[in-house]
Amino acid sequence: MANKAIMLGNEAIARGAYEAGVKVSAAYPGTPSTEISENIVKYKEIYAEWSPNEKVAMEVAIGASISGVRAMASMKHVGVNVAADPLYTIAYSGVNGGLVLVAADDPGMYSSQNEQDTRLIGRAAQVPVLEPSDSQEAKDFMKFAFELSEKYDTPIILRTTTRLSHSQGLVELCDRKEVEDKPYERNIQKYVMMPAMAQKRHIVVEKRNNALIEDSCSFPINKVEYNDLSVGFITSGIPYQYVKEAMPNASVLKLGMVNPLPKKLIEEFASKVDKLYIFEELEPVIEEQVKSWGIKAIGKEIFTVQGEYSANMLRKAVLNMDLNLDAAAEVPARPPILCPGCPHRSVYSVLNKLKIHAAGDIGCYTLGALAPLSVVDTTVCMGSSISTLHGMEKAKGKDYIKNWVAVIGDSTFMHTGVNSLMNMVYNKGTGTVIILDNSITGMTGHQDHAGTGKTLMGEPTNAISNYAFCKTIGIEHVYEVNAFDIKELEAVIKRETARDEISVIITKAPCVLLKGNVFPKKCKADPEKCKKCGMCLKVGCPALTKQADGTILIDETMCNGCGLCRQICKFDAIEEVDA
Amino acid sequence: METKNIMIVGVGGQGTLLTSRILGGLAIHAGYDVKLSEVHGMAQRGGSVVTFVRYGETVAEPIIEAGQVDVLIAFERLEALRYLHFLKKDGVIIVNDQRIDPITVVTGAASYPENIIDTLKAAHTTYSIDAMTEAKKLGNSKVFNIIVLGMAAQHMNFSKEDWIEVIKKTVPPKTVEINLRAFETGWSN
Repeated sequence: MANKAIMLGNEAIARGAYEAGVKVSAAYPGTPSTEISENIVKYKEIYAEWSPNEKVAMEVAIGASISGVRAMASMKHVGVNVAADPLYTIAYSGVNGGLVLVAADDPGMYSSQNEQDTRLIGRAAQVPVLEPSDSQEAKDFMKFAFELSEKYDTPIILRTTTRLSHSQGLVELCDRKEVEDKPYERNIQKYVMMPAMAQKRHIVVEKRNNALIEDSCSFPINKVEYNDLSVGFITSGIPYQYVKEAMPNASVLKLGMVNPLPKKLIEEFASKVDKLYIFEELEPVIEEQVKSWGIKAIGKEIFTVQGEYSANMLRKAVLNMDLNLDAAAEVPARPPILCPGCPHRSVYSVLNKLKIHAAGDIGCYTLGALAPLSVVDTTVCMGSSISTLHGMEKAKGKDYIKNWVAVIGDSTFMHTGVNSLMNMVYNKGTGTVIILDNSITGMTGHQDHAGTGKTLMGEPTNAISNYAFCKTIGIEHVYEVNAFDIKELEAVIKRETARDEISVIITKAPCVLLKGNVFPKKCKADPEKCKKCGMCLKVGCPALTKQADGTILIDETMCNGCGLCRQICKFDAIEEVDA
Repeated sequence: METKNIMIVGVGGQGTLLTSRILGGLAIHAGYDVKLSEVHGMAQRGGSVVTFVRYGETVAEPIIEAGQVDVLIAFERLEALRYLHFLKKDGVIIVNDQRIDPITVVTGAASYPENIIDTLKAAHTTYSIDAMTEAKKLGNSKVFNIIVLGMAAQHMNFSKEDWIEVIKKTVPPKTVEINLRAFETGWSN
């Protein structure tokens, strides 16, 4: 038997990069893309880094490609927006060593703020997009992407989705094939995109695109499976698996390349089947093009643009089956929540008490929007908290934002928060920024960043100090406070929000889930002293439950002994005990 | 063999990923095609989490849909109730009889349903266990999920020896002994 392993889609993408001879990989963590870099770092032949944001990651990969090696960047779909600037232009320049951007879309928004479709960015940037449908293909398509990139002198987007990235399947392992570095030659016509050069390159891009429309008709990744000709599907990626599950006898044109489309192949397939369906999650990217060629097909008339697809969707919409399913039981929702012992809860409990609104940002701390903490009022994108607050101040005046703060995590601050803070300084903003510094990128599962003192490859490095940074750009009022010292926090927040200047409060305490954290103490409620007032429940800690008699029970397996409830209890009914 | 559909549900942080990894390992060990689908990211912070494991001759779809589950493994009883409609008519439930209040209950916006185990039993063949108490007896509350898995193992077509071999290969080396004891506790329950 060949050497097979069970791999996450993301793990298989990393394996594909390894086997393809990739030498440089750069990324910013973001669900569902994070495990790509976490697996790449296992291969010592590849230099891998966490860049501070996706634009930087993309540019690092571009630099490596221009120097002549195979290189990649990986990111979640919204990260591609951040990286869009270099992406759209490197599409003109093309590559030297193969260059692949792995973009992870999130249909259904399991962990995202929107469900945009990267295939549309591929179209707009005139970059070919490949889309695998299982772990094996994820690996194979990565290797093919690098060949294609070098052959057609173009960056390639490999698009994955949450369901592919976070599903495991069997993968046949091959050896790494080292690729000789391409020689670097100065070529400003190709690598300096001033208008005169770019005008010429745009013509090259158009030719390349036309060649791909033609050539991709015979790419092995665009696969025709003729079966029952009365019904045919054009599909790609994970939706292909739903077609195979629900209608294994249907004819299928499975597109491995979803931009540009193999026009002749599609026309031929369409002419052979009686009824043609186009089955694609999210936007009608394939459908609109196919219909524009005068081909009759059914797509978004019966399939939604929302969320993930399924085999049952086909059974209902195409086969008209009555699935006779039981209704879901009506039960209380269980939304995600800050962990027991999370330092963000402590900061939010103070903001909640002071009735302060927060312009929020992207991270675990976005959960502070939900009851009972109910502190965060806005969340747009990475780094937006500080600039949103600044915009409010410019619109309504400095007194208007006296009961507002911006909250941003340490990794998000490094991502793009720094730019917003520099803007506040430059444009004479006022207002209070709280950097929730838990010493890690938390939500995505603990990735290092420029402030942690460690690289993705595990080497110690200079830790950039937020405090020193804020001071250096000219902010006078910068304070570091222990996130669990709620008395001190309250005093500092009251004092700083009253100022007509910029203040930065850095609340410090490590993420409770960090490896190596030990919790020598736990909290225990004394039912004799408990006055059943419910104050401790207002911090929304999942370790606390109200019992039938109204007293509080603290789950000893969940409690991490942070002591927040103990500080809040006015009746000393919560004590600290040894864990 | 018809594809077997196993669904593991629980609360983010309860270790559903480890148990699905063991199941995946078993399926490969037995020479099946297998697909697993997991939830990473935000929901892992105390939210309702679902993992699908499918194995058989060839497996296409990586998810399991309503009405298709053969074995539902629930690490918390409200989560078993939440996904009850995913079971086939003859599907089996293995449930850890533990209550973890969702934040909607903590804040008083909703109340935790009464008599969940009875509701489950009325609908399907249900085996319940207080795995947390059993795990504490073994000296490590963290292995409760392997106890539940041990109970579920009686309803899948793998030998006990295969389970033991795969658990040994999957869990961290230092925890092999306690995990095997936990598995035995569930298996013989």
